[in-house]
Amino acid sequence: MVNDFVNRIRMLVWALLALPLAAFCTVLFVLAVAGFPLVVVWVGIPLLFATILTLRPIANIHRRYAGALIGREVGSPYLRRPSGNLLVRMRGLLIEPATWRDFAWVAVNGTVGLVLCIVGIVEGILDLIFWWLPPGMMVRVHAYLACALLAPNERTSLAQRVQQLTESRAETVDTSAAELRRIERDLHDGAQARLVALGMSLGLAEEQLARDPDNARALLAEARETSSAALAELRDLVRGIHPPVLADRGLVGAVRALCLAAPIPIEVTDELSGRLPAPVESAAYFALAEAVTNMIKHSGASTASVHIEHREGLLRMQVRDDGAGGADESLGTGLRGIARRLSAFDGTLDVTSPVGGPTVLTMTLPCTS
Amino acid sequence: MRVVIAEDLALLRDGLIRLLEAHDFEVLEAVDNGPSLLRALTTHRPDVAVVDVRLPPTFTDEGLRAAIEARAQLPGLPVLVLSQYVEQLYARELLADRSGGVGYLLKDRVFNVGQFVDAVRQVAAGGTAMDPEVVAQLLSRRSAADEPITTLTPREREVLGLMAEGRSNAAIAARLFITEKAVSKHTNSIFARLALPPSEDDNRRVLAVLAYLNG
Repeated sequence: MVNDFVNRIRMLVWALLALPLAAFCTVLFVLAVAGFPLVVVWVGIPLLFATILTLRPIANIHRRYAGALIGREVGSPYLRRPSGNLLVRMRGLLIEPATWRDFAWVAVNGTVGLVLCIVGIVEGILDLIFWWLPPGMMVRVHAYLACALLAPNERTSLAQRVQQLTESRAETVDTSAAELRRIERDLHDGAQARLVALGMSLGLAEEQLARDPDNARALLAEARETSSAALAELRDLVRGIHPPVLADRGLVGAVRALCLAAPIPIEVTDELSGRLPAPVESAAYFALAEAVTNMIKHSGASTASVHIEHREGLLRMQVRDDGAGGADESLGTGLRGIARRLSAFDGTLDVTSPVGGPTVLTMTLPCTS
Repeated sequence: MRVVIAEDLALLRDGLIRLLEAHDFEVLEAVDNGPSLLRALTTHRPDVAVVDVRLPPTFTDEGLRAAIEARAQLPGLPVLVLSQYVEQLYARELLADRSGGVGYLLKDRVFNVGQFVDAVRQVAAGGTAMDPEVVAQLLSRRSAADEPITTLTPREREVLGLMAEGRSNAAIAARLFITEKAVSKHTNSIFARLALPPSEDDNRRVLAVLAYLNG
């Protein structure tokens, strides 16, 4: 009974709040209609820009409350703002499908919505007196209307997806180009140079074999050392490209090997049957390796655990530690790097790290196998 | 001494055969894949086997698996595993049965023929031969602040490292240019500080050290 009354009050309050918003929409609508022809004389451009930008927070308020009323979440359809000069950004806003749907919403909310709000207020007052009436019908209609126009539709979701893919692809290309450069440099300065030295030592030894056997022996010993060093460098390089233990034992084995080498005890548990597809395996391994390295470097933890599971087409990896906490994705380049690695495979990184710990990193990768 | 070799690259296989035959080993069979290795080991029962980790058909850790499987059937069968890289995980698996007679070395160690042949003989005699790189990994992992290992003197750490590689007191003494007596003084001190049960037997002592570092 009390709940019902509170509910009725809530509906009335929402109708009262929605009314000025609807009235404001009417103003925005008029401004927008006026703005288009004024574009010709330039004044319209900032006018239009300002209209679009004021419109978004208002639309977001409606998304939130309409969603709460209907009981489903209404997502945001907007793309990330393009960076660049004013013209580029304006153009970005204008070609975004969500912008045009927002305009449609302004038109509807400024007219039909306005009427609904006025009727809604009257209805809300009546609802308080005549308790048997179903409460807030107008407010509900208004909410459904808002949902229909403001919720992301196929077009806006696709636009969002395309943007996301473009960004993650660009990052992937950058990262792999940098990796290739590193490998090239390592080979050039390391193994390659040593092989040249090896060849020279051997050549000299061959030449001096008859004349100066002692010196030849010294040169041969030197050649042997150089070949060992070259092998050691190649081994490190290979480990960085694709760790052999990952090829041998798969994700869990490689992670176990990694954690064995850590200076603190790390417990590894898994619910994984069989091998994952190779690209996912390697992305997951490097993300986990970075997470573990990061944790050891920064957390000051004394124990940690890693859990890996594969369920319903989603690979979930969790790194937990008892360290100092306070890890922040926006601060650490390490965490950003992990997020970047994962994003190339549509994966996500979630960090909970209250100051004082414990820190839990949860990484997911979609993976059907 | 009778030996079985498993190595898939013909060049290296021939090299190993030549090398071991030049040092009075009798090569019973040289195989190039995992299943044949297991069969060769169980039928020939060699004095020692020299095995490459990565073998066909899977080109993963086939050699290691075959060696472990053979040791499960013939406990204590001496096996020296060679690899292009060393992994602590694999060392731990090889040492797991604690019966000795195992070696785990980088392929590079073959270059130093004398030391390599010594290692093969040592493993054949039931000893242990761990690659210095494995030992370095184990030691660095145990270097966290509150480990008793940090109380060791630099010399004792050196001795511990050599002991973990599987070297006898005599070999350690020769390597560090000190007397065997001095070595045994160091080892006693190491065992006391790490709270390990003292043992006169070289091999059992090595296994204790490795188990401690692995733990």
